[in-house]
Amino acid sequence: MNKLSPPASAAGEESALSRRKLLSIGSGSVAGGLVAHPAIAGSLADVPPRAVGDPVGATSERSTFVDLARITEATPGKRNVDPLDAINSKTPLHKLDGTITPSDLHYERSHSGIPALDPKTHRLLVHGMSARSLVLDVGDLRRMPSISRMAFIECSGNGWENWKNDDDTLTVQHTHGLVSTHEWTGVRLSYIAGLVGRDPSSRWMLAEGGDASGMARSIPMTEEILGEAMIAYAQNGEPLRPAHGYPMRLLVPGWEGNLSVKWLRRLRFGDRPFYTRWETSRYTSLMPDGKARQFQLRQEVNSVITSPSGMMEIAPGYNRITGLAWSGHGAISKVEISTDAGRTWQEARLNAPVLPKAQARFQLNWHWDGKPTFITSRATDEKGHVQPTREALIGQMGKNALFHYNGQQIWRVNAEGSVRHALS
Amino acid sequence: MRCREPIIVAGLAALLATPALGQEFGREATLEEIALWDVDARPDGSGLPPGRGSVADGRELYATHCAACHGEKGEGGPNDRLVGGHGSLDSSTPVKTVGSYWPYATTLYDYIHRAMPYFDPGSLTPDETYAVAAYILNMNGIVPDDAELDAAGMAAIEMPNRHGFIPEPEFAPLLPEATKARD
Ligand code: HEC
Repeated sequence: MNKLSPPASAAGEESALSRRKLLSIGSGSVAGGLVAHPAIAGSLADVPPRAVGDPVGATSERSTFVDLARITEATPGKRNVDPLDAINSKTPLHKLDGTITPSDLHYERSHSGIPALDPKTHRLLVHGMSARSLVLDVGDLRRMPSISRMAFIECSGNGWENWKNDDDTLTVQHTHGLVSTHEWTGVRLSYIAGLVGRDPSSRWMLAEGGDASGMARSIPMTEEILGEAMIAYAQNGEPLRPAHGYPMRLLVPGWEGNLSVKWLRRLRFGDRPFYTRWETSRYTSLMPDGKARQFQLRQEVNSVITSPSGMMEIAPGYNRITGLAWSGHGAISKVEISTDAGRTWQEARLNAPVLPKAQARFQLNWHWDGKPTFITSRATDEKGHVQPTREALIGQMGKNALFHYNGQQIWRVNAEGSVRHALS
Repeated sequence: MRCREPIIVAGLAALLATPALGQEFGREATLEEIALWDVDARPDGSGLPPGRGSVADGRELYATHCAACHGEKGEGGPNDRLVGGHGSLDSSTPVKTVGSYWPYATTLYDYIHRAMPYFDPGSLTPDETYAVAAYILNMNGIVPDDAELDAAGMAAIEMPNRHGFIPEPEFAPLLPEATKARD
């Protein structure tokens, strides 16, 4: 099926639905705390009269009726902590639409705070196994041929709340808020590699940040990575924000977020990994036998229903299920949804465009019969990878891996319409 | 004139794809300035600076610069535990520390030098960094009380979890073992 066009069943589904919707509105069935059913306002006479508003301004603020914010976390289970104790802050996926994360809500992770780097003095050193070593600044990058692309960045710790314990109070922001999608603009890594005359036998590249910790990772120089990685200086059309790497960062689409080194200040081509602390002590996945997977870099196929999701309330009748799917292997080809605890699956509709290594938006119309149930989504990517169940993932990795959780997320719906986090 | 057009176009395309090694962007880095920033230390000891430090000196430096955050004896502080956890990795509550988890002592030097102490990274001299690393290794029972470490000594240490990591098969062909066998 062409993923850019709605499935054949969509039209029929819509018209059946609008009939249901009309019926339910007609009968005036309204319950409290609804997600899908808008409260029916009183008479149009009650709507406040129009009024002249604020003058135009330098930037646009969000509506005072809209509440959008990241939430902080220290480790799994240590949530909403003081920012001074936090190691990351998570994107409110359940409050966003479409696929592009607003710049100020892209998830955040850093290892020694957000440095305030002045582009006038910030430098990028490129050296190692190459014909020459270069010192570049942002102005140099901006004069080079640029590319723009949509790509998600996902922390390999995304989903880590799901390894061990069930927790009724978890929202999708807690479970999956460490993934975001932006349009990124910058210069191809291959262009920079060409500028310095990279030795083709250099199979690894060290990328190091200009933050206090000098965060550094070894990046394998595969054809795929050399073909897709870029040094980005802009996000969603504006210069990178400090939290996201200003004035320049590496972007390695589809691979664990930690490789997309922010505040980039050094690239060194080498013939082997550098074995930094972040690829030994951290970002390695412990297995049940006590051994750890190392350089498990790709973000595997994943999806989650963002509405209805943890801590939301729904009412019987029509509900629209929607969510996000993504894969580090390429484009999403299919998202299936089960509303009966995994017994049967229906294909969701994917909103265009569905781009490789970017989040895709899916939706499905659902008539909830008011009985307790479980809802879940399962994504498949263009290379045929299918998102595993939690049982399958844990069967392979155990419960101590910490990183790279991509099991199907289950939301439990109880008889009162409360939607809650569930592990099985 | 006409027949030259395609050549010019092709030349332009080549210029965009692989820039000539000219001086269009940035400037050549000097060896002195590269040395300032080239801080990575690798498992074979390359990149480690000259210098040496003892467990005894490290004990004092650690108390002054590290203990407040990592605990008097490398545990029980507000930040990462650095000591213990041996034999816990295959249990239901694994404790990952320098002693139980880290595969290379050289990474410890590299990390302390680039990132610690947290608020003043790079403030310790190479001798002090060797010393404090030696003390952390000593608290983990990896080097004796009278140990003194330098670059060669650091690279020679066999960490308890040296063989605890399985590289992803996708990248195994890029590791030196594989490339040596192939070349
Ligand atoms: C102000 C508090 C503070 C001080 C002082 C401090 N550290 Fe740290 N240290 C931290 C924090 C926070 C981290 C974790 C950083 C991260 O997660 O990226 C850390 C991480 C580490 C780690 C890595 C632990 C692991 O398992 O990955 C080592 C090793 C370390 N510190 C050594 C030292 C040494 C040696 C000193 C003294 C020279 C020192 N630290 C001083 C706060 C501190």
